[in-house]
This record gives sequence, C-alpha cells and structure tokens, in this order.
Amino acid sequence: MKFLDEYRDPEAARRLVEATWRLVTRPWTIMEVCGGQTHAIVRHGIDEVLPAGVTLLHGPGCPVCVTPLEKIDRAIALASRPDVIFCSFGDMLRVPGSERDLLSVKAAGGDVRIVYSPLDALQVAVENPGRQVIFFAVGFETTAPGNAMAVFQARRAGVSNFSLLVSHVLVPPALEAILGSPDCRVQGFLAAGHVCAVMGFTEYLPIATRYRVPIVVTGFEPLDILQGLYLCLKQLEEGRAEVENQYARVVSEQGNRPAQALVAEVFGVVPRAWRGIGEIPGSGLGLRDEYADFDAERRFDLASVGPRPEPAECIAGLVLQGLKKPHECGAFGSRCTPEHPLGATMVSSEGACAAYFRHRRVAAGQAGTR
Amino acid sequence: MSDARGFEPSCPAPVGRYGQVLMAHGGGGRLMHELLERVFLPAFANPALAAGHDASIVEAGGARVAFTTDSYVVRPLFFPGGSIGTLAVNGTVNDLAMAGARPLALSAGFIIEEGLPVETLERVVASMRAAADESGVAIVTGDTKVVDHGKGDGVFVNTSGIGLVEHDLPILPASVRPGDAVIVSGDLGRHGMAIMAAREGLRFESAIESDCAPVWAPVRELLDAGVEVHCLRDLTRGGLASALNEIAGAARVGITIDERDVAVREDVRGACEILGFDPMYVANEGRFVAFVPEADAARAVELLRRHPVSAGAAVAGRVRAEGSPAVRVRSLLGVTRVLDMLSGEQLPRIC
Repeated sequence: MKFLDEYRDPEAARRLVEATWRLVTRPWTIMEVCGGQTHAIVRHGIDEVLPAGVTLLHGPGCPVCVTPLEKIDRAIALASRPDVIFCSFGDMLRVPGSERDLLSVKAAGGDVRIVYSPLDALQVAVENPGRQVIFFAVGFETTAPGNAMAVFQARRAGVSNFSLLVSHVLVPPALEAILGSPDCRVQGFLAAGHVCAVMGFTEYLPIATRYRVPIVVTGFEPLDILQGLYLCLKQLEEGRAEVENQYARVVSEQGNRPAQALVAEVFGVVPRAWRGIGEIPGSGLGLRDEYADFDAERRFDLASVGPRPEPAECIAGLVLQGLKKPHECGAFGSRCTPEHPLGATMVSSEGACAAYFRHRRVAAGQAGTR
Repeated sequence: MSDARGFEPSCPAPVGRYGQVLMAHGGGGRLMHELLERVFLPAFANPALAAGHDASIVEAGGARVAFTTDSYVVRPLFFPGGSIGTLAVNGTVNDLAMAGARPLALSAGFIIEEGLPVETLERVVASMRAAADESGVAIVTGDTKVVDHGKGDGVFVNTSGIGLVEHDLPILPASVRPGDAVIVSGDLGRHGMAIMAAREGLRFESAIESDCAPVWAPVRELLDAGVEVHCLRDLTRGGLASALNEIAGAARVGITIDERDVAVREDVRGACEILGFDPMYVANEGRFVAFVPEADAARAVELLRRHPVSAGAAVAGRVRAEGSPAVRVRSLLGVTRVLDMLSGEQLPRIC
C-alpha cells in the first residue's frame, strides 16, 4: 500500500536496527509520547530488537487514558438522560467510570452512538432537532481542529441542540510536567507526529533547550519509529539536545496554520486534570466564553457529578509518567484485563497496559520452538 | 437463580463485569465465549455440542449427518459483494463444509420488521435462491414472523442446514496435531471492512467488496484427493485470530503464524489503518483455515488454488506441541508476540 508498505519493509528495518547497534555505546532512556507509537512498538517488537541498554518508556499520549474519571462519570450522566443523544469516538465507550461505562449505558437503553468525526455528531443534531446531541470532545491537539470546526459550524448554522463535553489536553505542558518531576528518568523524547502535523514543533524548542533533552518528531510506522529512535540516540551520544523532524513527509515546522487559527478561535488554554497524574496548569483546552452555549458542562447541571477516587490498586498514573511499566503492576493480567479493567490504560486501543496485554511477548524460554 | 442452581463443581466463568448483554457479547471474542460458557453450554450440555465445532455430527440410520444453524442481523441488508441473503446461505453452507460435510438442504426463518418494502424482501430471497443454486442446495422449509415497527432492523434471517459426511476423517479441533501446517485460504478482512465502509459511509477509491462465497467446492477437492484434513474453521466473527485461539484451546496445542505469510489486500489494509482495526480480527465470509499434516501441505495448497474462492491459499504457520501462550505471531521484525483472542468488539479509534 502506498505510504504504508514502504515504512514496514523488513530489510530496511534490519539495516536501521544494525545502524542503531553500531551507534549506541551507553544506556539511554527514551519516552515515546504517543499511545499510537507505543502500540506500534509493542506490536512489532521494536523494543526487543534495540541494543540492551536502550529503554523505552511509554508516555501519556493516549487521550482515552488521561481523560479524568470525573469526565467519564459526567459523560455517563449525560448519556443516561432520555433527551440526549451522546456521540463519541468508539474507544471511549469501554472506559470504566466510577460505577459503569458508556457501553453499559447503551445496553440499558441510552442513546449512545459511535461517530467517526465531530461533524457527524453535528449532522445528528441537525437531523434530531428535538433532542440534545452531545459530542465527547477528547484528545490532544490532533482532534482539536475537528472539534473546533464542529462548534464553529454549529454556531454559524444556528444549531442550538449541539454541545461538546470537552476534555482536551495539550502535549508540551505534559512533557514539562514529566521533565520537572524529581523521579524523571527520560533522557529524550519521540514527539507525537500527528500532534505536530497540526501544531508544528516550535513549541518544543524551548523545552529541548531548558531541560537539555533531544526531541524527535516521529511517525507511527515501524521504520518511522526506528529512525526516530536512531536520531534521538545519535543526539544523546553526541551530547546534543535539539528538536529534529523525522516525520517531515507530514509535519512542517509551523504546522497547519488554518487549523491552529480555528482552534484558537473556539478554544482557550485552561488548567486540566489528567487521569492518574493530576492537574497540570495550562495543559488543556476549554471552550471560550463566546462559545459557552456549546459547552455541555455549562448547558446541563452536572454539579452532582464530582471527583471520585481512582481504584487504589491501579498504577496507571505511574505508567503514564513512565515511572512504571504495565507488567510491573500486581493486578496486570489478573485482576486487570481488557474485559475487567481497573484503569483506562487497559482499555484504550492506545493504552500502554492494553498494548502489553494484547501483544504481550513470549518469555525468552518459550520462544525457541516454532 | 444462583441459589436454585445450588453447588456445582464447575467454576462459572464471569460474563465480564456486565449484568446485561452488550453488543460486544456478539462480537466473536472473549466476551462471547464467556457468555457461551456461562449460559448455553451448561444448559444444553451434550457430547456433540462439547466438540465445539461449526457444525455438529449426529448419527442417523447409519449415516453421519452434519447439522448447523446461524442467524444473520447485518446492516445494511445489501452491501458490495453480497446481502443478508447470500450471507445466510453461504454462512450455513460453509459451516457444514467446515465439518467436511456435503451440504444437502437448508431451512430459512425470517423475522421481518413491519414496514419493510416487499420489494426488499424479494431481493433478499432472490439472493438466497441464487446462492443456494450455486452450492447445489435447496431451501426446503421455512418460517416467517413479523414484529412491530422499531422492534427489528428490516429483516433478520436464520438458516439451518444439514449435510452428509461421506468420509471417515474426524475433522475436529481435537484432531489437530503438533507439526500440522496451518493453511489460510486467502486474503483477510474483506467482509468486515466492506460492511464497515457501507454502514458508515466511508469512501475509498473503490468499494471494498465482501468475500462472501461458498467454500464447499475447495473443501471437497481436498477430501476427494485424500488429503488428511485434521480440522477446518471458517474465519467469520473475530477473524483469524479468534479461530486460531478457539482451535488451539480445544486441541490443547500452540499455533505460530508468520505475519508476512498472511495476505491482506491494500484497500482493506488502508481501511483498517484508518479505523485502527487489526485485519487478524476482522470478519471474513469466504475464508477458512485448514489444518493438514505437513506432508500434505504443499499438495493441499495446490488443490485449493484451483478454486477462485481459495486462489490465495498459503501456508501461514505451524502447530506446536506446547500451548501456552496458545497463538503466537512473528512480526516483520522477526519478534514473536501473542495473538490473543479479541476482548470485545473492535471499536474505531480516536486518532
């Protein structure tokens, strides 16, 4: 397939792996920011072919995983209302709230619909003028332009029965929070290519300088990731800390300016709680006051749905900060599985725990026979 | 209820954390198996059911008769490459073929939603007749019921089928042996992605067509040629990954396949990438996996390739003696990982 097979070529991958082995002289620890990268790494076994001292930590870049429990509970409360059609991307439906998930709301008769775009949700609103249509606007900078466009169009067309439940998050403040932690082990980052496709990568320049970490904007195919790792390791070996762009076929330095302008028109930067991590200042997007009518949390009374404690056993917060690996959790694979998840990282298609569970590797002793 | 059942030596498997049936319980993955094991298998327990195959074999006057049933609830009713009618006939014909049985006759039951245009029903029925003719089976009995508007999705179809087993091979998961070759009959994922694309209005350069087709002809070719077929399984709900896990579990063996030996068409792969689906878990309606002794593998592949429906047949893996973890796949980097059973439904991703 065009733009796919080229980046999955086993021979090219082998050459990159060999080049990495020749390059590395010391142990290094690198965090891939995006959950999509985590899944590609685990699925293709990239971490297993790297030089022994190179450790990959899995970052917080899974929008499903970092959406706070309180937001999930609010989504469930809204979706349970008979006057509401609740629209969401598919993988939010399985995330456990305090008591149940959106799939259970659907099974109990709630009108919960999977859509592929917020504009589809807006269309549902147009077609159902007698119902309130709410879209669960989660995600990083990647999904923000689409959500902004839906609200922008709704206001222009005078669609008054449409609103967003917003839980948008931003990558750079999260990287700074990780780097600012006294326990931080991260020496370099693979930045999330699709976030940078929207935002460009100028935001990362001061972070690389201030914390002296190389940041390589990286794609999602095996060869992208191997090349991103190679570039990051090369910087580390040479003592450089720069922002490099491995994903130049998609990402430009300035990003997608019209998309940024639309996001800035509709959303403003707000403090945001991250599930398992806590509140990070300036790390989220919320609807501007001019668009308050489209904010589900201002349109509906949700005062009764407040913060709840996380399951005590879940270490998702430590996993999301790269402080623990999924299999280091006592509940992993036993009391926590995709069918019975304790935390969102076990649910999402981008969650690190789900990646480890689904693609968990065969222990060395068992791998011999074929 | 649980009090009335009293003490039982078996451990009831929990159906997830859910007290209600979810869509995911119909997805062909682990939740569906939990439901089968908790609700249906204990209630109906008998040796034929316990064999865990697509069709059961019952003795009837000295003949070995294969018997199977399946219900079809697909939306939209018509999609590129087929319809609910072709699915209902080919699906049941294929379930019989997976038991190595020559399809003889089918029944057809229709649950029709009030308001369905008669013309639509006629098109469904015509597609069933055409599919039945293609496989040389007759639809010999049937039933219709009508439900209130809003209580159905146009039309639901159930088909049952009987077939005749005309050989002595026990074609069952329990016959799978370490060293067997695992043959996949063609490229994966077309039916599931054709339905997704049609249902959700996803537009690609050309429409992905379902692979819906009968597979009895190539199976008969294998049997007539004397290939020692150990097991067959069609790759419907849950895809190749679920089929291999079911068989590995029932046969208490391991299976290793190589990702590079499993074909997925470009357009299907593209659609899967966009939605975040893994083709290994996507449904097919004209694909099956055959377990044959290594010595018969090359000949079996050559025989299968004579038929258009299995022209893409290839050996994709081998059966191992040890079974934990059961199903493994070698990635293009040569790293072996687990190919687990699907948990629930595959749900489209965010970004």
